[in-house]
Amino acid sequence: MTTQTRKTIFNRPEKPYVHPYIGGIVLGVVLFLAFFLTGNGLGSSGATSRIDALIVDSISPAHVDNNPYLLKMAGGDKNPLDDWIVPVFFGALFGGFSSGFFNGRLKFMTTKGPNISNRTRWLMSFLGGVIFLYGARMARGCTSGQALSGGATLSAGSWVVMFAIFGGAYGLAYFVRKLWN
Amino acid sequence: MNFPLPSLVAVSAANPWTYVLFAVIGFAFGYTLEMSGFGDSRKLAAQFYFTELTVLKVMFTAIVVAMVLLFGAVGLGLLDFSQVWVNPTYLASGIVGGLIMGVGFIVGGFCPTTSLASASTGKIDGMMFMLGGFVGAFLFGETEQYFTQWYNNAGYFGRVTLDQVFGIPLGAVVVLVVFMALFMFWGAEQLERIFGKKDLSKEPKLRPVGAMLLAAAAFAVFFIGSPSLEDKYNKLTFTRTETIEQLNADPITETKIYTADEMLSNRLVFITPAEAFKAKYNQSMNPVYLDVRSETDYNLYHIEDAVNVPAERMTEVIPVLLTEPPANTVYILMSNDEAAAVQAWKTLVASSVPNVYILEGGVNNWIAFFGNDDKALQPDPNAGDDQLGFVFPAALGSRYESCSPNPIEYESLEFEAKIKLQLKRDKSGGGCG
Repeated sequence: MTTQTRKTIFNRPEKPYVHPYIGGIVLGVVLFLAFFLTGNGLGSSGATSRIDALIVDSISPAHVDNNPYLLKMAGGDKNPLDDWIVPVFFGALFGGFSSGFFNGRLKFMTTKGPNISNRTRWLMSFLGGVIFLYGARMARGCTSGQALSGGATLSAGSWVVMFAIFGGAYGLAYFVRKLWN
Repeated sequence: MNFPLPSLVAVSAANPWTYVLFAVIGFAFGYTLEMSGFGDSRKLAAQFYFTELTVLKVMFTAIVVAMVLLFGAVGLGLLDFSQVWVNPTYLASGIVGGLIMGVGFIVGGFCPTTSLASASTGKIDGMMFMLGGFVGAFLFGETEQYFTQWYNNAGYFGRVTLDQVFGIPLGAVVVLVVFMALFMFWGAEQLERIFGKKDLSKEPKLRPVGAMLLAAAAFAVFFIGSPSLEDKYNKLTFTRTETIEQLNADPITETKIYTADEMLSNRLVFITPAEAFKAKYNQSMNPVYLDVRSETDYNLYHIEDAVNVPAERMTEVIPVLLTEPPANTVYILMSNDEAAAVQAWKTLVASSVPNVYILEGGVNNWIAFFGNDDKALQPDPNAGDDQLGFVFPAALGSRYESCSPNPIEYESLEFEAKIKLQLKRDKSGGGCG
């Protein structure tokens, strides 16, 4: 990682990332405060399907009423966005933006391995997003909602999900090494 | 003050600032992820080639720090763990979903929240991942109906924590997880040295101090232990709004806060047989009749649909009462008179089971009310305290007429409604779901 100054949006000097353990401690305190104040942990993938439900509901409300999964979120006059995870989702977007702003990391670019083109990388990240969120909805939570939040509350199922995520990624890593190395 | 704060457990239009609070939490979440470097997919993918294990370090530091603080607060009685969302265990969908997520992780280079940190700082691959995420979540919604049985039932164990799985105290699990994490950090640094050619001598020298502090905190959590039921009982409060009729003015509504003992002494949790019976036909609630007497008494006579949970088995069923039933469930406890039911009430409310009430006068009063013209049931003058006050010709269980009073015959019953349905947040709405 480089610490040298590069041109970014707003021309702020790019600062280095914090040390992983410091980042982890801050994240742990944030997670604890979330539990302590609200009883809920952190998450984001739930918001993705709620935004989906909103879109489906505005295009075809009848389809929502025929789909039990969507019905729970957007059936009748329920507003699918009326859930704690939605403000967390938008807060996280803004939080990421702010950290990028203050640390000079706002920049249109593509982060990728050295041996693939931008287009391949875009296609792969799109595909990865499709696969990841499909799995996240099946497991009822992603790395945040299951591994992080469930891990801290010692939920047995969340620890299983966490090891399954790492298992899946390590299992496939060798076969897609061209993407990253 | 009891945490989590009841008004904050869910966003609600009634309290618009709850949206602000959750947005602030999300802001801190996104900010931390970005400043740790999770907006860059290379940093995330490097985890799986052992060249840089930032993902593991940040994630496990966060887990153990939050875990130690959380169970420390629970042990000190500041935080009510039963009100903390614990992801329910679904083994089958959890394992398959987890493996699929792993594939998405290594192919896409992000997880959902890190893609937010990436997209919001202008990374085009992060935006593509987010976009793909909307498609993936949509596809799940469309296909869930084909495996809904499997999804909702396979390997379902409800709210289970690791201490229950291994049968050891919670504090011991906290200590073990901390030591496992410290070992993993050490291993991660060795891997970075070997595969990532990283110079460990440039790492901060304070790491061993941090590790020792963390271990000390974990041992502190272990020695603090969990608060006793008695401590929890003494901290309970109940809120009731009361309307006072005024002679020449509008009635005044007052909000009063009672302790658990005051709820008992003011008889606010005792409901008449009429109310207990009518609850069955009330669409807004789902009554569960818990008969805490011995099996012998239960076999002699019990009201229809009552479940026999003898007092000594009460603690076994509490986890089920906390997780399984719908939120509008009302528990109606009964013993022969009231003494055993009052004890059971104290145990249940101290364990944070919501909507628990006691049948006034117990089964004896039920029989006196609904069965006074049943010639087969004769009062027993020798009955002692909290014993059955009737003589039964046979152990007919719930086959006496008064066990299931005729709803038409008793259609109009007058009673002062004591049940105040308290809808705790819908547990299925927590977590990422």
